[in-house]
Amino acid sequence: MPPVIEAKGLTKRYGELAAVDGISFAVERGTCFGILGPNGAGKTTTIRMAYGFTPLSSGELRVFGLDVTRDLPAIKMRLGVCQQGNTLDPDLSVAENLMVYSRYYGMPRDVALRRAGELLEFIALEGRRDAPVAALSGGLVRRLMLARALINDPELLILDEPTTGLDPQSRHALWERLGELGRRGLTILLTTHYLEEAARLCTRLVIMDHGRILVEGAPRELVREHVGSGVVEVPEPTEQLRAFVRERGLRVDDLGHRLIVYTGEGEELYREITKRFCAGECLLRPATLEDVFLRLTGRDLRE
Amino acid sequence: MLIPRVTSRCWRVWQRDAVVWKKTWAIGFLPPLLEPLLYVAAFGLGLGGLIGALAWNGEKLTYLEYLAPGIVGAGVMNAAFFETTYASFVRMYYQKTFDGILATPLSLEEIVTGEVLWGATRSLITAAAMMAALSPFGLLRWPQSLLLLPVAALGGLAFAAFGMVFTGVLPTIEGFNLPVFLVITPMFLFSGTFFPLEQLPLWAQRFAWALPLTHLVHLARSVALGVFPLQLFANAAYLALFGATAYVFGVRAMVKRLIT
Repeated sequence: MPPVIEAKGLTKRYGELAAVDGISFAVERGTCFGILGPNGAGKTTTIRMAYGFTPLSSGELRVFGLDVTRDLPAIKMRLGVCQQGNTLDPDLSVAENLMVYSRYYGMPRDVALRRAGELLEFIALEGRRDAPVAALSGGLVRRLMLARALINDPELLILDEPTTGLDPQSRHALWERLGELGRRGLTILLTTHYLEEAARLCTRLVIMDHGRILVEGAPRELVREHVGSGVVEVPEPTEQLRAFVRERGLRVDDLGHRLIVYTGEGEELYREITKRFCAGECLLRPATLEDVFLRLTGRDLRE
Repeated sequence: MLIPRVTSRCWRVWQRDAVVWKKTWAIGFLPPLLEPLLYVAAFGLGLGGLIGALAWNGEKLTYLEYLAPGIVGAGVMNAAFFETTYASFVRMYYQKTFDGILATPLSLEEIVTGEVLWGATRSLITAAAMMAALSPFGLLRWPQSLLLLPVAALGGLAFAAFGMVFTGVLPTIEGFNLPVFLVITPMFLFSGTFFPLEQLPLWAQRFAWALPLTHLVHLARSVALGVFPLQLFANAAYLALFGATAYVFGVRAMVKRLIT
């Protein structure tokens, strides 16, 4: 089966600036593909090209094997997009929002009614179906946006930062739903700032910065390759500790008041460091995608 | 491509606007019913007695008979223009409704077209309400005044398209003050709505006839009073040309603004 999304040399320029600079990737059917990166990396621009909101500058982008520059309406018919903000109709109720949206796909009314009912149950908003959308909290808005993106029973779901700004309950509830959709065979493309979210949901992901892809792979592979299996965090590191890590040739990030030591050996190194250098609390924790991310894209604030 | 590619999908946007309007229709419906009554009271009771008869097209009209179709014409313009400026801007910029619709098979050209069609529909509704309010006073001639509806549709399409240009071009909602004060209000005053253009010096008359509202008011007055010279086709063509040009510029401006 051909990939659901295929990008080759995808580029988007704004004047001199290349927001997306010749990236290539493929999303296989039934997988969840993540695009990660700091602010301004080009994540949102990339997915906006996938649903035609932003025209390409150059390169090739195919969705369902169709060219986005030529067959956009046919692509969008089979696509669902859950954008970052709130684009619901505030004058309409929860259920009415779903019905109105179904009409843009030309769905027959009875099919749309049935689907809307199923979706409201799926996101647990059945009891609020007649509630005015303007009165919904952030978590409910997101769930409704997700339901609306699924109204046409899409083959591909594009999510732009699906859980940004949500409370933990809503975030976990959304992850459950997305996991369920993935099990049912839906292909998902998502961008996120939450590395935990990417690690949990994504089959494969890319990390972008300055419009380019830095790395690509499955979350666990990336962690193993770039960071190791464990991390020791040492607050207020001493010069002796710094000498020790230099001596041992360990991979570290020196942040001044904090030293991060990347280990692959499990607990032994941690115990040694704790015994010899830790006056306060040293922390041993599993290496995460966030460590990969920060190693690759740095810790400086972006403008 | 000069003419945007638009399918019947644009009616889905019209439908969305209609669904939302139905929820608060009373608010939209009352002013066009009540406003003419206020004008009838103020100008009929007030000015009418002072002015006496007016000559128009070889007929003698009371001031109210002269004024009433002008009010309808101006009402048609305002209904369409304010819909595709303020209301569309709110949908586009604050509610991000268009962003949401753009994720569906609709194109921006189709969204703009749907909005213009809805603006024209608001004009139709306004015209119908005003006709209902004015008719009991014997100010409209029937059945000729039924033609006010297609006139309202044409004028509505033209001014809805005109409004869309500004929605595509102005950065903030406050910016609409500019076209309202510089274009809409002067047109309202000098389009033959309130007084025959023959009252103005010749150079001002020529300028007034360049304004689209003048043609719309003339069309409205002619059909309301049952007068059908061939010249009316020229007035309609002028409005249509104005509308078509505005439509092309409006679509271009909106695409330039939203699709970057």
